[in-house]
Amino acid sequence: MHPKDEKYALRMKNVSKRFGGVQALDKVAMEVKAGEVHCLAGENGCGKSTLIKIVTGVYEPDDGTEIEVFGERISSNSPTKARAKGIAVIWQDLALFPHMSVAENIGIDELVGGRPRVAQFKSIKTRAQGVMDRLGVSLDLDAPLSSLPIAQRQVVAIARSLMSDARLVFMDEPTASLTQSETDALLAIVRNLSADGVAVVFVSHRLAEVLDIAERVTVVRDGKLVGVYPTEGMSQSRLGELMTGHMLESEVRARDKTGSDIMLRVTGLSRQDQFENVSFDIKRGEIVGITGLIGSGRTELAHALIGMTRTDQGTIELDREVVRPRNIREAIAKGIAYVSEDRLTLGLVQPQPIADNTVTSVLDKILGSVGLISSQKKNDLVDGWIERFSVKIGETSDAVSTLSGGNQQRVVLAKWLATNPKLLILDSPTVGVDVGARAGIFHIVRELADEGLAILLITDEITEAFYNADRIFHMADGRLQAEYDPHQTSVQQLEERVYA
Amino acid sequence: MRKLLSSHTVEARLFAVLLLMVVGLSLATDTFLTVANLTSLLNNNSVNLIWAVGLLVVLVAGGIDISFAVAASVVQYLTAQILGYVGGGNWVLGFLIAGSIGLGLGLINAALIHGFKIVSIVITIATFNAFFGLLMFFTKGRSIYTLPDWWVDRIFLFEYQSASGVWSELHLSVAVMVACLVATAFFINRTTTGRQLYAFGDNPEGARRAGINIALMQAIAFGWCGLMAGIGGLMQVNIAKEVVPNALYGRELDVLAAVVLGGARLGGGKGTVFGCVLGVLFVAITQNGLNLLGVSPFAFQMIIGATILVAISTSNVKIDLSSWFKPKSGQQSRRVDQ
Ligand SMILES: Nc1ncnc2c1ncn2[C@@H]1O[C@H](COP(=O)(O)OP(=O)(O)O)[C@@H](O)[C@H]1O
Ligand SMILES: [Mg+2]
Repeated sequence: MHPKDEKYALRMKNVSKRFGGVQALDKVAMEVKAGEVHCLAGENGCGKSTLIKIVTGVYEPDDGTEIEVFGERISSNSPTKARAKGIAVIWQDLALFPHMSVAENIGIDELVGGRPRVAQFKSIKTRAQGVMDRLGVSLDLDAPLSSLPIAQRQVVAIARSLMSDARLVFMDEPTASLTQSETDALLAIVRNLSADGVAVVFVSHRLAEVLDIAERVTVVRDGKLVGVYPTEGMSQSRLGELMTGHMLESEVRARDKTGSDIMLRVTGLSRQDQFENVSFDIKRGEIVGITGLIGSGRTELAHALIGMTRTDQGTIELDREVVRPRNIREAIAKGIAYVSEDRLTLGLVQPQPIADNTVTSVLDKILGSVGLISSQKKNDLVDGWIERFSVKIGETSDAVSTLSGGNQQRVVLAKWLATNPKLLILDSPTVGVDVGARAGIFHIVRELADEGLAILLITDEITEAFYNADRIFHMADGRLQAEYDPHQTSVQQLEERVYA
Repeated sequence: MRKLLSSHTVEARLFAVLLLMVVGLSLATDTFLTVANLTSLLNNNSVNLIWAVGLLVVLVAGGIDISFAVAASVVQYLTAQILGYVGGGNWVLGFLIAGSIGLGLGLINAALIHGFKIVSIVITIATFNAFFGLLMFFTKGRSIYTLPDWWVDRIFLFEYQSASGVWSELHLSVAVMVACLVATAFFINRTTTGRQLYAFGDNPEGARRAGINIALMQAIAFGWCGLMAGIGGLMQVNIAKEVVPNALYGRELDVLAAVVLGGARLGGGKGTVFGCVLGVLFVAITQNGLNLLGVSPFAFQMIIGATILVAISTSNVKIDLSSWFKPKSGQQSRRVDQ
């Protein structure tokens, strides 16, 4: 049925999709050769995920859309039909099942489609184990998915896509929450797949990764095709420009803040098995970066600073006053704000309206005269922040889950800034956020610093720390290993230290 | 078993509590641990258990059904009418008629939920009222006592006379209950369709993208619940020997409480048949124990309410039983609590 020598895994043109008032895709075309690694690039909200959902039969495209998979014209599509044609997907939001076992999550597609039958758990488990060996990871196949951290769930989603003998695999931002070594393992697998003749459509915001792995890149902007380019000879900044439609800046902006007052001073902070003897300070208006691998204790340190966990030893001084927050509410009251790593689950109440999410941290500021929430005050506050952050939204009453990653992250920022903090802790603030939106977020962050806010930027993207922080600490094994001045070092040097 | 308990904390804890209660009651009273008391516990709770596993399937699929107990009354009434019309019938015909009507009522719920895209609690509260209203209208509230002999005659699976001359026996309903439990457990645990139900309840959008047929899932979940409502209704007549239109009104909340106590998650994706058994037994033994101890029956409702609160509010608190035996990890968990 599918001739092996078919030249194109996927050819589509005139792909259009409209959601109510939003033209998510407007006559987009894309061609993926068999065995090719093809990147789909574009800013958040440009329609990449929608394109994938159309190919995989989740969404019905608008009239005029033409899709050919392995030379076969698709007229009626559905997820099961697409899978039967050899298409597999790693969804951006993973689309996994938290209360089911890891094995069942990996093998879910074996349990769907066809007639009802007795589930072959044994064979699913054996094959899932095989896929994990191929990925070079080991996970407890019987554990419920919800017991795994996000990065490992991502691994489960990857394993799931490799279970079927797919010949066209879509990966929608598969590396967003992976560490460098996990990412490297995934990229190696992508290369193997490609060598085996499997076509891979790769979506990522990490431009270095894209240029490294893909042969060609299709760029989409605002639902329209910009063009198809070979990655040979393409630079990160050129690709960024194609995606955003304007020039991106990339210069070290570190400023010398040695003369300013100290806003945060941490001395000898320790917590058993997590971090040890951590001492540093942040001046008023300074951005301090902490970089290091996942598991180096960065996030644990942040949790201790905001009172989510207790410390065993050491002191935290904020604005010359010793603070010992026992919970997040106390930390907020003292002037510490925290934008979490996992914005999807920790930072926002997804199905709630944008407006309500923005004000959850400052409910007391919008209380009306009788102690009920004043909707006038709420709207003023919300509109102010939305405008300042240029969040692209329909209505403030829309649910947060309708926003793209970058815009969600802005809502989280707005939520915390509404508490008027002195210290803002940003933990991996750009996970899953595209280049254009990243620039926007850091533009705001620098503005906030200029207004005197002290900022602690925790990130595993070294370039991010390098271009945005005034000073950088390298954290490993729960200790601050060394301090760097971006003017005196280079990204390469930092990477060598961190990944050594 | 060990694995089952370690991945299902609610079930494990309930199991432990139940064991304690059984031991406690056996020591505190000399009537609890008797064949007569235990068999009557089983007889009296078989119908609740049949309903419980039906409701479990709906909860696993992320829905809720308020209407099943009243639906069972409708089944009883219609079955009695049809059997009268055909002139008696027999058990096979009884199961066929009651099962199909129950299934049909469940499918009505599923069709309304899917068709109107309204959450199941709203739809089933509506059908609960509609079913009950229609039933009272047509029966005018009158009970039916003239029923075929086969339906109301006791069938004993097991008889036993103790030294003191007390008879104990197990009724047919217990066998039917066991069959329903085994069938439900097999269906939801071992078949692909059953696993799709869990997946659908756990993450509907993920299920849709995996190609799971959403309308079919609703139909199967509510259809199964309806089928169990019908079978339970049929067996309840065998126990009560009459059809009283409002006799089952209110039973849905007792069953719901038991199923939720047994670890089924409101919101979908989680729950086991074993948990249902524990939940129903917990409620039954609590009531039974309080009776035997001579405590006021009003205390019972209070205790069940309080237990639900405790069980639900602490169900996210991990109590690692193994850490009690390993001093090292025990220390660690204590450090977190400081
Ligand atoms: N189910 C939906 N309903 C309404 N609008 C949607 C839906 N899915 C996506 N959109 C809109 O379509 C646009 C493209 O979204 P998406 O494909 O997710 O972008 P990307 O994956 O490139 O970030 C966005 O403006 C988004 O808000
Ligand atoms: Mg996307």
